[in-house]
Amino acid sequence: MFDVFIQKLYANFIQDDRYMYIVNGFFTTCKIALVAIVIGLLLGFVIAIIRSSYDMNKDHSKNGLGSILLSLANKICNLYLTIIRGTPVVVQLLIIYFVIFSTVNVNKTFAAICAFGFNSAAYVAEIVRGGIMSIDKGQLEAGRSLGFSYPLTMIFIILPQAIKNVLPALGNEFIVLIKETSVAGYIAIEDLTKGGDIIRSRTYSAFIPLITVACIYLIVVLVLSKLLNILERRLRAGER
Amino acid sequence: MKKFKSLSALLLAGIFAFSAVGCGGGESEEAATDTALTNTPGVLVWATNAEFEPYEYREGGEIVGIDAEIAQRIADELGCELEISDMNFDSIVSAIATGKADIGIAGMTVTEDRLMNVNFSDPYVNAGQAIIVAEDSEITGEADLADKTVGVQLGTTGDLYVTENISGVTVERYTKGFEAVQALIQGKIDAVVIDGEPAKAFVASNEGIKLCDDYLTVEEYAIAMNKNNDALLSEVNNILAEMQEDGSLQAIFDKYLNSESSDATADEEVSDEEGSDEEETSADEEAPVSEQADGEDAGSEDASLAAEE
Repeated sequence: MFDVFIQKLYANFIQDDRYMYIVNGFFTTCKIALVAIVIGLLLGFVIAIIRSSYDMNKDHSKNGLGSILLSLANKICNLYLTIIRGTPVVVQLLIIYFVIFSTVNVNKTFAAICAFGFNSAAYVAEIVRGGIMSIDKGQLEAGRSLGFSYPLTMIFIILPQAIKNVLPALGNEFIVLIKETSVAGYIAIEDLTKGGDIIRSRTYSAFIPLITVACIYLIVVLVLSKLLNILERRLRAGER
Repeated sequence: MKKFKSLSALLLAGIFAFSAVGCGGGESEEAATDTALTNTPGVLVWATNAEFEPYEYREGGEIVGIDAEIAQRIADELGCELEISDMNFDSIVSAIATGKADIGIAGMTVTEDRLMNVNFSDPYVNAGQAIIVAEDSEITGEADLADKTVGVQLGTTGDLYVTENISGVTVERYTKGFEAVQALIQGKIDAVVIDGEPAKAFVASNEGIKLCDDYLTVEEYAIAMNKNNDALLSEVNNILAEMQEDGSLQAIFDKYLNSESSDATADEEVSDEEGSDEEETSADEEAPVSEQADGEDAGSEDASLAAEE
């Protein structure tokens, strides 16, 4: 019994340096997830600010060029959210690789980063918008009455409070994103899941490769949530 | 309490009787053996990957092809209902080993690693791994693949062969063969290594790609079954032998391979493959056919060769 297990361990990891599929896959997954999180955050914040600015200003806005532009931007953002949130990430990934980048020969990892980043942005946008809208209107009015312009009020008064409120939800989104990257294998990227699959296709044993891959995802997510906890605690340190 | 015991005994007896019937009651007498041939009595679960023209592919919602007809014939002979389980190619062997499926017919080559996990029937056809490249490519054979980017289908013999035998090669493992071909057409990779017959089908239905003349490997397709099910193995071997005798196996290959050889280039490739197969198997009855063979269909030759072994 034990011998068989050792033998399987050997076949799954040591033989032909198969553990390298897992190691390389792990770094690929990390690379895709990290860059996608950054893209998701940046783009998500931009969309959230556009959408909430439109919501807050639509009642008493002048009919100037600025408000027309804002309304147009809001419409584009709405369309973006509808499309991205309405379609599965696997389909988006395949579309980006095989349709959008069909004529240009891009790095597969880049295509995956785009797909997951743009996908994440849509969810981050709605989370952050929720955070901005949750801040009392009095905060904005107070900022404006003190002489801050609208963007400055946003940056120095509204957003810091909003971010603190949405941090748990954002952390959740990061965790989902990391696990979602497991479908990157569809475009022949050798990420962590695909690494396990390759070992599985060589040794035909399901248990060890799949459990190993699952454990690694679990550890990554545990570490990430621990870090987010620390960050949250630090941010709350100034509160009474 | 006594009543209870006798009742449960009756129940057990009933279950045994039921399982003993198994797939019995079919046309052939031999099928009515005393152990169940399949995991679910009366149902033969066929694991395949229906993206492998002309062996198995989807046409109007149905899975058709050479393997589909063989599977149907086996199910009929066993008196079972055929249930298709269409999965990723790399999952087929483990599905059979864990009892999720009864037989795997998927243009699957007999390899040592696979033999450690499943039983294989007698081979029913000879095949090889072909190289597909872009029309203007400089690649002409195995030697040119070094240091190139090659697309394969995960877990296929093409994948295993290229990974182990070509130096400096970057292997891109797609889940589906046609995705590798798509990547090739879009210029994302330099070549695709995939089984000969599907390769011809891909080349015939896509512009701008061609087959290399030389095949990478020569191999045999067989039917995979669970290691513990020797009864099913001998049944399937009997059926294959029977199909060989009455010419129905030949007829199936003719049906699917003839329609393709209308394509001139495909025909040429067929005769090339035939040449190499001929050397390997050296069948005693068939007169050897030269490399520049005439228009005679090679696939059917292959079928008859395989069965003669």
